[in-house]
Amino acid sequence: MSVADNQPATAGRGSDRAVAFASSIGRFLVIAVTTYLGLLAVTFFIGRVIPIDPVLAVLGDRAPTAVVERTRREMGLDLPWIEQFYIYVKSALRGDFGTSVLTTNPVMSDIRRVFPATIELATLGTLIGAIIGVPLGVLAAVKRGSLIDQIARIVGLIGYSVPIFWLGLLGLVLFYAKLQWIAFPARLDVVYEYTFTPITGFYLLDSAIQGQWDVFHDAWRHIVLPAALLGYLSLAYISRMTRSFMLNELAQEYIVAARAKGLSETRIIWGHALRNAAVPMVTVIALSYANLLEGSVLTETVFSWPGIGLYITNSLQNADMNAVLGGTIAIGSVFIAINLLSDLLYRLLDPRTKAG
Amino acid sequence: MSDMLLEVDDLRVTFPTRTGLVQAVRGVSFSLGRERLGIVGESGSGKSQTGRAIMGLTPPQAEVSAKKLAFDGIDLLSVSPRQRRSLRGNRIAMILQDPKYSLDPVMTIGRQIVETLRTHEKVSKAEARERALAMLQAVQIRDPARVFDLYPHEVSGGMGQRAMIAMMLVTGPELMIADEPTSALDVTVQLDVLKILDKLVAERGMGLIFISHDLRLVSSFCDRVVVMYAGKVVEQIKASELRDAQHPYTRGLLNCMPRIGFERHPLPVLDRKPEWAA
Amino acid sequence: MSAETIQSRRAWLLSDRPASRLQARLGRAYVSWRRFSANRLALVGMLIIIALVVVAAFADVLAPYSATVGDLKNARLLAPSAEHWFGTDDLGRDIYSRIVYGARWTLYVVILVAIIAAPIGLLVGTVAGYAGGWTDTILMRITDIFLAFPKLVLALAFVAALGPGIENAVLAIAITSWPPYARIARAETLTVRNSDYIKAVQLMGASPFRIVLRHIMPLCISSLIIRVTLDMAGIILTAAGLGFLGLGAQPPLPEWGAMIASGRRFILDQWWVAAAPGAAILIVSLGFNLLGDGLRDALDPRSGDQ
Ligand SMILES: Nc1ncnc2c1ncn2[C@@H]1O[C@H](COP(=O)(O)OP(=O)(O)OP(=O)(O)O)[C@@H](O)[C@H]1O
Ligand SMILES: [Mg+2]
Repeated sequence: MSVADNQPATAGRGSDRAVAFASSIGRFLVIAVTTYLGLLAVTFFIGRVIPIDPVLAVLGDRAPTAVVERTRREMGLDLPWIEQFYIYVKSALRGDFGTSVLTTNPVMSDIRRVFPATIELATLGTLIGAIIGVPLGVLAAVKRGSLIDQIARIVGLIGYSVPIFWLGLLGLVLFYAKLQWIAFPARLDVVYEYTFTPITGFYLLDSAIQGQWDVFHDAWRHIVLPAALLGYLSLAYISRMTRSFMLNELAQEYIVAARAKGLSETRIIWGHALRNAAVPMVTVIALSYANLLEGSVLTETVFSWPGIGLYITNSLQNADMNAVLGGTIAIGSVFIAINLLSDLLYRLLDPRTKAG
Repeated sequence: MSDMLLEVDDLRVTFPTRTGLVQAVRGVSFSLGRERLGIVGESGSGKSQTGRAIMGLTPPQAEVSAKKLAFDGIDLLSVSPRQRRSLRGNRIAMILQDPKYSLDPVMTIGRQIVETLRTHEKVSKAEARERALAMLQAVQIRDPARVFDLYPHEVSGGMGQRAMIAMMLVTGPELMIADEPTSALDVTVQLDVLKILDKLVAERGMGLIFISHDLRLVSSFCDRVVVMYAGKVVEQIKASELRDAQHPYTRGLLNCMPRIGFERHPLPVLDRKPEWAA
Repeated sequence: MSAETIQSRRAWLLSDRPASRLQARLGRAYVSWRRFSANRLALVGMLIIIALVVVAAFADVLAPYSATVGDLKNARLLAPSAEHWFGTDDLGRDIYSRIVYGARWTLYVVILVAIIAAPIGLLVGTVAGYAGGWTDTILMRITDIFLAFPKLVLALAFVAALGPGIENAVLAIAITSWPPYARIARAETLTVRNSDYIKAVQLMGASPFRIVLRHIMPLCISSLIIRVTLDMAGIILTAAGLGFLGLGAQPPLPEWGAMIASGRRFILDQWWVAAAPGAAILIVSLGFNLLGDGLRDALDPRSGDQ
């Protein structure tokens, strides 16, 4: 595998590594930049090329002629496409995605306002998914073919097959209308909307910091169901991948060696096999997090959760193209960033790939 | 009790498979004192499964039975899994074939050695580290402190196998099973590793079961040789008397060994007869 | 057919020395089939998909009521009953009948997406793999870029620009789902590109175009089919999501996602309006997932980790 195999690996470690590290950073940057440019090219295509009149697409057909003309000039629609794209990329890098017709704010400031809600939801969802999904996957692999393996399989398959928005609606019927365990779809009760001042935008965190436990409790009652649903999606994915990684590790020779050392099964499974599986698991959990950001679009709609997903769908309903594309770029950027970071993290965690 | 370290009588290992039962080991018997016993045989003859059955590392789906399987008077087949585990790595140790796959890739070599020690003995971290370093020294690793913190992929195969030996010998076991400990190594380092193993076994007065398919290697390295064919022992013989081996299969193995200075045409082909396996 | 002829046929199929290419191929298919049909869940999946196709084909016979015109006066929002198995919706339409007709739209979406996206992926992947060099680098970079996008969000933006409607939803989903197929096709191409077989064809003077089309593409088909089957559930869920957001099928089409959206308004009191179409989506996606898993395990023994 690695070059170091057939040499004592005494010489040349420092400089070789530095070179390898630099080149892997270089590769990383190239990928990051081209992917981001690709994202902008696609949104540019969607916003400027597909619509017959991009100005109308942005402003709607009731805008006054003066505004239409001004926007046309601002968007540089008289210029050749390549130049338009250059301007587009430049303003996107500045964080300028135009103005939302619906809210009349710059799209970027809207996004900044709504994004924390989505992050809070997706983070909690991933936490739930990882905390349950990893042990479930490990048990399924260790007790392969047993009842728990079957259950994990069914749970996972349903997670892969269920329309999340439908499950959300059924959840509302059961837990909100019938059992009244959770609060109505929103982020906070109206009472608190005015008495509570968020700091970070993550309400659970903010209310805990400020010691406002009634607000915390209320925020919890609002977030728990959507987060649990997203958690389920991520659990399905994480447990399935964990199982397959663990099966792979448990079949390795070093597991036999660990047994020959007289280690307990617990230590072998959690201390050796899982530690090895943890390296690819990081990628899986990161990917699952990115998927939840995306999955939040539908979930937020069902739960009136004021995040980026709801922002995009509201804008869609009002033909607010700037906001739609701005939101798309925002989710896309974070999605790409997580993808790339997970790749980087993988390299950092696995001693075998440290050299590049 | 007997002064035998290990007694194996009529050991059988059976795997259930989709096409029926596969008998990997079919009634193997031998006993071992504080001596060096070689097990030879062609690929698939059941050498590894014999070794693993003694260790208690047979896959769970397989069935192990024996008239007697005793280590130092302890009946291995009737002790609790917990007791069995406390023997493994402590009093009976095993070296696997390929250090590249049998060392945990994400744990430093030092920690893996320390882990064996601390599983079986109540020692402080500092003491465990000292003993691990001493053990690395004993397998003739020149710079133990540095190797201690290396990951398995950062060392060569030969050094990896020495680390493996250190990991398995650090508790001072009385019986060592070495399953083709040098087959995955470069010829140039094979001898080094064997010498180290030989020296440690001699110094510590361990019993050794040396599994190999290289009859010449085994005969120069061991006191006694067990020849296996298709899950059975076809011959047990003193290494010094190997030249006078009776069984045609053993003779076949001997004839297949190339000797310098003798040109042989055609190349001898190993003879196999179904009745030997019966 | 007597037991003996069956026996001898099986022997013929499983022969170690097939006499013809046909026999070898049939034999391999038979072995795969045995492995597939030993997997009970995969059979369940296949049954579900067959049922979907049958329901779609015989919707006119199976549906007791119209899918689009309801009895507004007498049959609004009725609970499930013997007359209306799954109840009725706000326009007095029989939900069971709408689900039956909806099967057609589900099939419509998955088939169209598959026949748009799979050939794009196949083309990109085989060309990249066969040409190598810069062509490969650029095509694969583009593929990776698309792979790094959030699919649903991008599909949303596409439909937002193209305008809502089921055709545009199909297009948007197809545009976002070809990259994995390109990856697979490229990997398969790389494994055969330097084989003696392809060398021989090259020596015979076949054009690269012909080699890719006639000799390489067919070799990629089976892994592509597995992957497409595994993706079907995702496609159905995305299409339903777009329908739910009002971007896919438009009323009065009985598309399941859109039906859930219209049931959403009454969810707290008349929950069945949204419940039934969602269950239909769940069952069909589950069917595709089970079938896909089974196919993968049967055709690709390497991945048999169950
Ligand atoms: N997990 C298993 N399932 C079924 N049969 C097995 C399994 N492991 C081993 N066997 C059978 O046991 C027999 C003996 O295997 P073993 O590994 O002991 O051979 P060996 O003598 O060590 O050969 P080698 O020199 O190749 O290592 C093999 O022929 C094999 O068919
Ligand atoms: Mg062996």
